[in-house]
Amino acid sequence: MIASARPTGRTGTGTRATGALGLVTLALFGFLLVFGLFNSPADAVQRDSVRILYLHVPSAEMAYIAFAVAAVASAAYLWRRTRSKAWDRVANASVELGVVFTGLTLVTGMMWGRISWGVYWDWADTRLVSTLLLFVMFVGYLAVRRLDGSDDQRARRSAVVALVAILDVPLVHFSVEWFQTTHPKSSLETAGAIDGTFRFLHFVGVVTFFCGYLWLMMHRNRVAMLEERLAGEELATAIAERQREGVAGVPS
Amino acid sequence: MTGRTLRLVAGKDLRIEWRSRVAFLQVLPFAVVTLTLFAFALDPASGLLRRATGGLYWVTILLVLVLAAQRSFAIETADGALDALRLSGLPPAGIFLGKALALAVQLWLLQAVLALGVIVLYDPTGKVAGPGPAFQWSLGRVVLFVIAAVAATPGLAAVATLHGALAAGSRARDTLLPLLVLPIVVPALLGGVRTFEAALALGGRETSEGWPWVGLLAAFSLVAVTVGTVAFGPLIEEDR
Repeated sequence: MIASARPTGRTGTGTRATGALGLVTLALFGFLLVFGLFNSPADAVQRDSVRILYLHVPSAEMAYIAFAVAAVASAAYLWRRTRSKAWDRVANASVELGVVFTGLTLVTGMMWGRISWGVYWDWADTRLVSTLLLFVMFVGYLAVRRLDGSDDQRARRSAVVALVAILDVPLVHFSVEWFQTTHPKSSLETAGAIDGTFRFLHFVGVVTFFCGYLWLMMHRNRVAMLEERLAGEELATAIAERQREGVAGVPS
Repeated sequence: MTGRTLRLVAGKDLRIEWRSRVAFLQVLPFAVVTLTLFAFALDPASGLLRRATGGLYWVTILLVLVLAAQRSFAIETADGALDALRLSGLPPAGIFLGKALALAVQLWLLQAVLALGVIVLYDPTGKVAGPGPAFQWSLGRVVLFVIAAVAATPGLAAVATLHGALAAGSRARDTLLPLLVLPIVVPALLGGVRTFEAALALGGRETSEGWPWVGLLAAFSLVAVTVGTVAFGPLIEEDR
């Protein structure tokens, strides 16, 4: 009887807590969509295009939080005293989500820009340019994760990439801003007064995206743990099989 | 110990370059080809090429940087030289600074040749039709040009060396390195372009406009060299 390579023990990625969190996220997201996209007044200045911002702004803020979490986890991995595979899993999961949120931010931002400014992209807007570079840097991080090498080597390499990217972003932002002799203020600040509806929906959006982030983080972490366990058990199974072959080959 | 390692490693890399002449026979001709392509892409007759000289010069430098960094670690990964270097017990900070210095020296030489190249080929200082005084070289212009190159290059070399070590030995190295290095060196590109334009009075810029950007270049280099020196150790250490 050959032992199965399937991991033993619990194999799901959810728990009762993640299930509840998932439901809360879903309900909040439904509310945000219904209220933000249909059941709320249009903005006085931006009209219906303001509805894009109900998704755009929270996803941008969540992206920054995700990258900040990744940077902290990466630093914790690089520091010998706190080095643990858990930090590496957190960093990876957070960057993956951060890249998705940044992508969403860029796409919704370009849609909003087309309506409000008449162009998809404005090189004079510092935030656009530095967010794009942030996106590219962390796509590079994901590429580094796929390099061949040991787990520890991969974790060290990607932690360095995450930290360098986070340290470079303020420098990029500052130099791009300086490079533009005439740069407009942040789009939100110039686009008329921020009214109560926006404040409320912004709050709902931030809570929704944060719950979604936590929920996905938990699942992504569990997937990573299961992958590690599977790799370990596959190796053990393979060794056991070779040993059996060795025993079977010896004439009794 | 770190200082001695720096000299040893930098000397070794520069000696290898001197003997193999890869920078001279491959990287430099590549840069010349790039400058030629830019000249074809931006019609010189329209004056666009002249106006864009600073940007094109610095983009070429960044492409050269990636090539030189790949070369710098290709010589380490061949025959497992990097493992030998790691096992030598030399301080990682010294190895990092040595490799970065060797790369910076090559970049300075390439910049000197390329700067002459763009000034001759693109004629950015030539007389433009219309009113206004003709361009005149002065000591201030040359000093700005040289100091900007001196300030920017250590940072470029440090970023490229750190990421070269990171990607060294992996199969995806050649495609990964540009993706990692180029977004990070954007501040150096912006600072380099503005100092170039200030030194050569492109777009009516004054020489004095260049000096704040030299400060930015120096800050970039300081951050890059510091981070690289600290991060290089954990990057090349043995697996636990």
